[in-house]
Amino acid sequence: MFNYNEYLRNEKLPHIWCPGCGDGTVLKAIIRAIHNLQIRKDDLVMVSGIGCSSRTPGYVDFNTLHTTHGRALAFATGVKHAKPGLKVLVVSGDGDATAIGGNHFIHAARRNIDITMILYNNYIYGMTGGQASPTTPTGSFASTAPYGNIDPNFDICALAQAAGASFVARGTAYHAPQLDRLIEKAILNRGFSLVEVMLQCPIAYGRRNRFKTANDMLKWQKEHAVSVDAAAKMTAEELEGKFLTGVLFQKERPEFTAQYEHMIERLNPHSEE
Amino acid sequence: MEPKKNALFVQGNHACFLGAVRAGCQFFAGYPITPSTEIAELCASEFPKMGGRFIQMEDEIAAMGAVIGASLTGLKSMTATSGPGFSLKQENIGFAIMAEVPCVIVDVQRGGPSTGLPTQSSQSDVLQARWGTHGDHEIIALAPSTIPEIYTATIRCFNLAERYRTPVILLLDEIVGHMREVLVEPPADSIEIWNRTRPTCSPAEYLPYRHTESGIPEMADFGSGYRYHVTGLCHDETGFPTNDPKKIDRHVRRLISKIGRHRDEIIEYSTRAIEDADVVLVSYGSSARSAKRALDDARAAGLKVGLFKPMTIWPFPEEALRLLANRVRNFIVCETNMGQMKLEVERIVGGKAAVHLVNTLNGEPITPQSIVDRIREVM
Repeated sequence: MFNYNEYLRNEKLPHIWCPGCGDGTVLKAIIRAIHNLQIRKDDLVMVSGIGCSSRTPGYVDFNTLHTTHGRALAFATGVKHAKPGLKVLVVSGDGDATAIGGNHFIHAARRNIDITMILYNNYIYGMTGGQASPTTPTGSFASTAPYGNIDPNFDICALAQAAGASFVARGTAYHAPQLDRLIEKAILNRGFSLVEVMLQCPIAYGRRNRFKTANDMLKWQKEHAVSVDAAAKMTAEELEGKFLTGVLFQKERPEFTAQYEHMIERLNPHSEE
Repeated sequence: MEPKKNALFVQGNHACFLGAVRAGCQFFAGYPITPSTEIAELCASEFPKMGGRFIQMEDEIAAMGAVIGASLTGLKSMTATSGPGFSLKQENIGFAIMAEVPCVIVDVQRGGPSTGLPTQSSQSDVLQARWGTHGDHEIIALAPSTIPEIYTATIRCFNLAERYRTPVILLLDEIVGHMREVLVEPPADSIEIWNRTRPTCSPAEYLPYRHTESGIPEMADFGSGYRYHVTGLCHDETGFPTNDPKKIDRHVRRLISKIGRHRDEIIEYSTRAIEDADVVLVSYGSSARSAKRALDDARAAGLKVGLFKPMTIWPFPEEALRLLANRVRNFIVCETNMGQMKLEVERIVGGKAAVHLVNTLNGEPITPQSIVDRIREVM
């Protein structure tokens, strides 16, 4: 059995997440991916903003930076640009990344800066008790959408791709083994990489939306996720109401810190390394 | 007189850039905003030639975040902005205070509120510099008046940021930012450069927020083998969030006292002709230039006038001014705002002397004549 202890700050456990929450599943997948890629703990910086998912860095034994709401990518950009040799991982949530941090999200993608972002999408503001987020499905309920959400919601992967990300993938908490592979691929991609993870918040979202248990929500993920390969053989009608999982987009593009290095070399042709 | 070979004729924003380079700044993140943009432009053009790093971020908030991230890797980092951008940066300035991340924020002040007067001068961010971010905190802010002063003050901002592990604000204004004067860069060996104290203990023993004797914990670079946690939440010596009232109290008190107990080292001010002065002008930044001229004119007319010019406006040179207030009956604060420093002077003087204000609010500098007129009124 995989031993997580090497990567966890065990003295900081138990974690603050609610029973049935999907965040721990993602945390474990991140650890397995890092272990499989044999990244040195000293070389990894994990940056987060504010929210349930953003508490992840507190539990892992890396260089960890828990910043202000929505700003993780801004801080992470400073870390990566200042010391490009570091691996930079950002963990964020749907509200943190696409509401208050939406501007940083699209611009990190546009720069294609070598940062891997794991975005925990639970369709709700969990930490503050269940307010509607930019991914709360239209028609579902939140404490600030008591009569049903009238807002349309973001397709985060489409947003990242349109903004310029060079790697875009989606997984779920239910398909945990697939997550390891998606996160590994994301980290290996030299550029801005997004892994969106659809996961359950049984307390702040599920209870308001006719999911009696966390299991019901996991079952929903299982029934609504369609892999990219399977989707290729399905009709539009069959895909109605489903979401795609797997690597949705990958394209090599110039990476920001590498471009900056090239510029330095161009400006200092005679300097020695 | 022989012209000096190494004399430069530069604007204040350029002197700020040169000072930053001299201090060892290697990282700039910013966002275009008048009247500070020249600093970003110089960093964009010169940093890559010197191995430094520049980035234009998507907004002011992001620029402040990137500066903090870069500083955590060990690079001396800065940003430059003006009032509207300074407002946006306050959230992350608070983070830098809480997480004790050294950095320098230049605010080239313009008229406000809001978009205000983008191309004209003001000193109306004095209290924003002091209390712009939420929560109890101390802050260090410097307000130079001349181009050579901007150069040395910028170096000093970095030194103070590094020594006290705190953001430091360089408060310029449009007038000193854009005016040109001669700058002679002093020889490198005549300038003292302070660097943050890095840990010498083993990573296993390292406490990133240790209560040291000086009140300032050692700071490890990200990626140097000291893995630790940085958060804007109240935290204990280990850096991890805590709800323990005793630990929180101790932490917040240390954040405040680490500045307060080193006031003597931080505070810098100058005086002119105060020995026999009946009236003392209190001024800083571009307004101090008008005050100096007014002093000379008033002295030429036989009026006993002095000048008290704080370079460090936060923390304010409180003791020195209080001593002066034992003797002087009238203070005239000269500043281009509604009396933001006057409030502080009144608090310190505590009713022992009258405190008057000469100001402008329209982007124009204070004329020396208006100060002389006021001197005659109060005498």
